Amino acid sequence: MGDILVLAEHRQGELREVTLELLTLAGQLGGNVVALLLGSGVDDFAGKIAGYADKVLVVDDPMFANFNGMAYQAALAEIIKSEKPGLVLIGNTGQGMDVIGALAVELGLPFTTDAVAVKMEGDKPEVTRQYYGGKIDGTIDFKDADTYIVGMREAAIPAGEGGKSGEVAKIDNPVTSEITARKFLEYVEAAIGDVDITQSTLLVSVGRGIREDKNMPMMEELAGLMGADISGSRAVVDAGWLPTDRQVGISGKTVKPKLYLALGISGAFQHVTGMKGSDLVVAINKDPDAPIFQYADYGIVDDLLKVVPALIDKLKEMKG
Amino acid sequence: MNIVVCVKQVPDTSDPDTEVHIDGTGRGVDQSKFSFVINDADNYAVEEAILLKEKHGGEVTVVNIGPEAANQVIRMALAKGGDAAIRLDDEKFAFSDVLATARLLQSAVKDGGFDLIMAGCLASDDGYGAVGVTLAQLLGLPHAAMVKTVEVIDDKKLKVGRELEGGLLEMNEIEMPCVLTIQTGGNEPRYASFKGIREASKKEIKVMDLGATGLAEDQVGEAGSCAIMAQYSVPEVGELAEILEGDPGTTSARLAEILKEKGLV
Ligand SMILES: Cc1cc2nc3c(=O)[nH]c(=O)nc-3n(C[C@H](O)[C@H](O)[C@H](O)COP(=O)(O)OP(=O)(O)OC[C@H]3O[C@@H](n4cnc5c(N)ncnc54)[C@H](O)[C@@H]3O)c2cc1C
Ligand SMILES: Nc1ncnc2c1ncn2[C@@H]1O[C@H](COP(=O)(O)O)[C@@H](O)[C@H]1O
Repeated sequence: MGDILVLAEHRQGELREVTLELLTLAGQLGGNVVALLLGSGVDDFAGKIAGYADKVLVVDDPMFANFNGMAYQAALAEIIKSEKPGLVLIGNTGQGMDVIGALAVELGLPFTTDAVAVKMEGDKPEVTRQYYGGKIDGTIDFKDADTYIVGMREAAIPAGEGGKSGEVAKIDNPVTSEITARKFLEYVEAAIGDVDITQSTLLVSVGRGIREDKNMPMMEELAGLMGADISGSRAVVDAGWLPTDRQVGISGKTVKPKLYLALGISGAFQHVTGMKGSDLVVAINKDPDAPIFQYADYGIVDDLLKVVPALIDKLKEMKG
Repeated sequence: MNIVVCVKQVPDTSDPDTEVHIDGTGRGVDQSKFSFVINDADNYAVEEAILLKEKHGGEVTVVNIGPEAANQVIRMALAKGGDAAIRLDDEKFAFSDVLATARLLQSAVKDGGFDLIMAGCLASDDGYGAVGVTLAQLLGLPHAAMVKTVEVIDDKKLKVGRELEGGLLEMNEIEMPCVLTIQTGGNEPRYASFKGIREASKKEIKVMDLGATGLAEDQVGEAGSCAIMAQYSVPEVGELAEILEGDPGTTSARLAEILKEKGLV
């Protein structure tokens, strides 16, 4: 099989973990692992990546000081043309999702996104993806090509120890003209609120299954009785029922409470990423097939609007 | 400012009664019991388009690939303030992957002289999160994905905030015409008014079949795809939660006990 080219991802001076996950996967698939690092003053990243790759290509240029999807696309296109890898792995992240489809069309290569597992069948990747909010899996059949592009879900596989020591090769920036159609301006940090849910011991976490804003006081009463803080899914934050800083998940906070009580949360992977490190997870959901039950220790399959009031009564009794 | 919004009709997976069962072919799901809704992110894209139109003028065109039943989500977008609609519908479009889907959308918008094209950042059923960015490249336009904030700088430029992991916003300046994929939560999608709904029922939805797209048969559907979903399967899951059985009185009492035993309450 051909080389596997892995795009390194970094942001605000930090190498993102997904890079090591992708390199670990590439190592498992066999073949030569080539990492591509686009950045400015990124020697220490290159050193770290070398432990996971047979070769590290570094383009060190101010153009890549901050991420610009269109600049990344232009560089990747040239490097894929010259390196001719058999497979390109890119994180299916806020950066990767800004590049993959356009890059593949530019090069006329078959591609898919948000893979949760990849195997090689000869020279062809066999990719598994999830459909319908994680309720079913599907496998992808690619058209024959010399190179395939796959966007890999973050945290789908753990990063290993590495154990390689690839050579680091600096190459010239293949993008010779400035990208003018789109410019990076600045980062704006997420707002900080009154409660830091990353420090909470107990969390009552609510999802779209609470149905209406007017059910929030019931959830607050439960949390109050338990001495828990309230958090929620993105759906609830989008609806304006909770402030942004209470959102658990990939685009919110990562929490590790002693108890995570999930009420009417389906368990989309973007949510689960943020709470799977909790000590004890209890889920109440009307749908027995909700993926959240895969991550919970205890579950109740019922209408939360019936179970929560009963639980409130029980806790009041217990307190006497 | 003339704007296109791509809207997809998807099964309502937030409804606990929406069961997903693989059908006999292994390549489809049984849709007979689904209730359908507009894709979440597309709902925010529609709102963003209407807000921009209200502030800066112009027209909003709604584009969908789907069966006649999808008229429901198209009409709702028209009722909220959309002006025109195109629905692409042909049995030859079945099994289109991201590339073939984007090609169909391209055929519908390429001659419209639009300033801004918006799609959702992710469809909740197949979750590729890639159609918008792919469409941008087919149209030869700049793009930005997972956009939560849109501000007009002048008639040639936008300032957009892309939402990344941890909620960080990456602010960019982008030239129009361009393609944005819209993330949820950046605005408050309105409800359609009765007057809007009545007026929308009179607006024309232009239907395009394969012939009308100008595309060849091997550019659409399975033939025009580069990576099709070949086989659905039931996921292998690890250990499931211990389910507490009984009526709410019983399950809540058992849960309260467990929490007490563990010293959590
Ligand atoms: C780039 C990106 C980033 C994202 N980041 C995040 C993130 O950080 N955090 C996050 O949470 N999501 C995130 N999402 C969204 C995610 O994909 C899901 O859409 C979201 O998590 C769904 O929230 P939910 O579980 O509350 O709602 P739904 O998926 O709609 O689930 C509602 C659940 O409630 C149940 N239910 C309904 N009624 C009742 C009842 N009466 N009693 C009991 N149960 C009931 C249903 O069975 C269902 O399982 C992100 C998405 C994208 C594309
Ligand atoms: N059948 C369709 N009709 C209209 N728009 C679509 C269709 N499929 C995908 N899209 C658009 O592309 C976005 C992303 O879809 P996906 O890449 O499949 O996650 C959706 O949110 C829609 O805006």
